[in-house]
Amino acid sequence: MEWDWEFVRQIFPTLLQGVKITILATILGSVLAAVVGLGIALLRRSPSRWISRTTGFIAEFIRGTPLLVQLYFIFYVLPDIGILLPPLVAGVIGLGLHYGTYTAEVYRAGIDNVARGQWEAAKACNLNPRQTWTHIILPQALPPMIPALANYFIAMFKETPLLSAITVLELMNQAKSVANSSYRYIEPMTLVGAFFLVISLFSVVLLRWLERRYGRIEQ
Amino acid sequence: MPEPIIKVDGITKSFGSFKVLDGLSMTVMPGEKLALIGPSGSGKTTILRILMTLERIDGGHIQIEGEHLYHMERNGQLMAADEKHLARMRQKIGMVFQLFNLFPHKCVIDNVTLAPMLTKGTPKAAAEKRAMELLDMVGMADKAKNMPAQLSGGQKQRVAIARALALSPRIMLFDEVTSALDPELVEEVLNVMRKLAAETDMTMLLVTHEMGFAHDFADRVLFFDRGRIVEEGKPDEIFRHPKQERTQTFLKKIIAAGHRV
Repeated sequence: MEWDWEFVRQIFPTLLQGVKITILATILGSVLAAVVGLGIALLRRSPSRWISRTTGFIAEFIRGTPLLVQLYFIFYVLPDIGILLPPLVAGVIGLGLHYGTYTAEVYRAGIDNVARGQWEAAKACNLNPRQTWTHIILPQALPPMIPALANYFIAMFKETPLLSAITVLELMNQAKSVANSSYRYIEPMTLVGAFFLVISLFSVVLLRWLERRYGRIEQ
Repeated sequence: MPEPIIKVDGITKSFGSFKVLDGLSMTVMPGEKLALIGPSGSGKTTILRILMTLERIDGGHIQIEGEHLYHMERNGQLMAADEKHLARMRQKIGMVFQLFNLFPHKCVIDNVTLAPMLTKGTPKAAAEKRAMELLDMVGMADKAKNMPAQLSGGQKQRVAIARALALSPRIMLFDEVTSALDPELVEEVLNVMRKLAAETDMTMLLVTHEMGFAHDFADRVLFFDRGRIVEEGKPDEIFRHPKQERTQTFLKKIIAAGHRV
C-alpha cells in the first residue's frame, strides 16, 4: 500500500464538502444543545415538583442511552409515526438533544454559583422572575461557563462521524464512499483524521482564549 | 392619631425545629426610626426579611399601610397573597443588606437605574438623573461609571443605599449594614443614614450591633430575645435603665465586647 498524492488531489474537493457539513452540523448542534441545556436547567428548577422530576427523568434517560441509538430512532423509527426528517436535521436534533443534557449540568453549576444575595437583591428591587433571570442571574452565570460549554462543543464535533450512520454526507461518510468505490482507504481515512486534528487544535486555541476572556466576575 | 404604617401581629416562623419568631407583634408609626437589637438568633433579622418577603411566615398577620402583606381579601375572605399582590406590596419597602448584594456585572449608576427602569418603566434619562441625585446624596456621584469590584465596602454599601432609595420606598430596612465593613469604613455609611433620617420622613427599621449609633439614631429601641420583643422604649430608657434582666445581660456582654453605648 503506497501513499498516492494524485489520489489525494482527486478526492480532496469531495472531502472538503464533507468538512463543510461536519462543521455545519457541529455549529447547529451546538446552538441547539445550548438552548436545550438552558431549557432543561430552568425546568429542573421549576417550583412544580412534577415538572422538575419529569425533566430530570427525561434528561437522565437521554444521557443514559448511546447517541448512535438515538440517531437511529430519530431517523429510522420516527417516520413510522409520520415524522420524516432530512438526515442533517435528524442529526442536528440528535446531537443537540444528547449534548443538551450535558450542557444542562454546566448551566446548573453556573446558576448555583450565583450568590444567594443576588436573588434577594433582585427581589428587594421588585424585579419579577423573568427580569431576575435575564438581567441578574444569567448575565452572571453565563460568562464563567463558556469554556465548559465550548469543551462539550469540541467533544460533539469529534462525534459527528456518527451522523454517517443516518446517511448525512459529512466528512466520514464522504471518505467512506470514496474509499468504498476506489478500494483505497489509507488516503481518505488519513485525511479525515488530519481534518479533525487541525480543526480540533484550532478549537483548543479558541477555547484557551475564551477561558482567559471570560474569567470570573469579581463580587 | 395617625394609622400605623406597619402592624405585625402574632408572627410565627420556624427554620426546621428552631422557632425564630414566637408570636411576634409590633407596631411602627409613619416616619419612625426603630433600632432592633438583641442576641443573634433572636429573630430581628428574620422579621426584616419577612417584611421584604424574602421569607414566608408560618402564622400571624402583617399589615403595611392598612393593607395585608401576606394575605389578600377576596369576597370578604382572607386568603394567601399571590405573586402579583406581593409585588405591589413590595414597592412600599426597600432593603439594604449586610453584604451589599450589588449587581457585580453592572456599573454603579446601572445598579441604581435598573429597578426603576424595569419595574416602573421610568425612561432612561429620568432614571439616570434621579440616580445621580441619589449618588450625590450618598457621596458616590464621582464613581457612577465604576464597577462594584472597584469600590471599598463602605462605598459599595452607600451605592446599595442609593439603589434601595431609587424606588422611593415608604419603609427602609437596614440589615446589619455595617457588620461586614472594616472599622474605619463604618462611619461613612452611618453618616449617610443620619443624613437620610434628617432629610426624609421615611420609616426606617434598623438591625444593628452599633449600640452608639442606635442610641443616637432611633426614636425607639426594640430588644429581641428568643423570637419576641422582651423590652422596648426610648433609647435612653433601654440603654441607661434597662428593666428586664435579659436586656441588662445582653448590654453588659455587648459593652464587655468593646462596643460603645
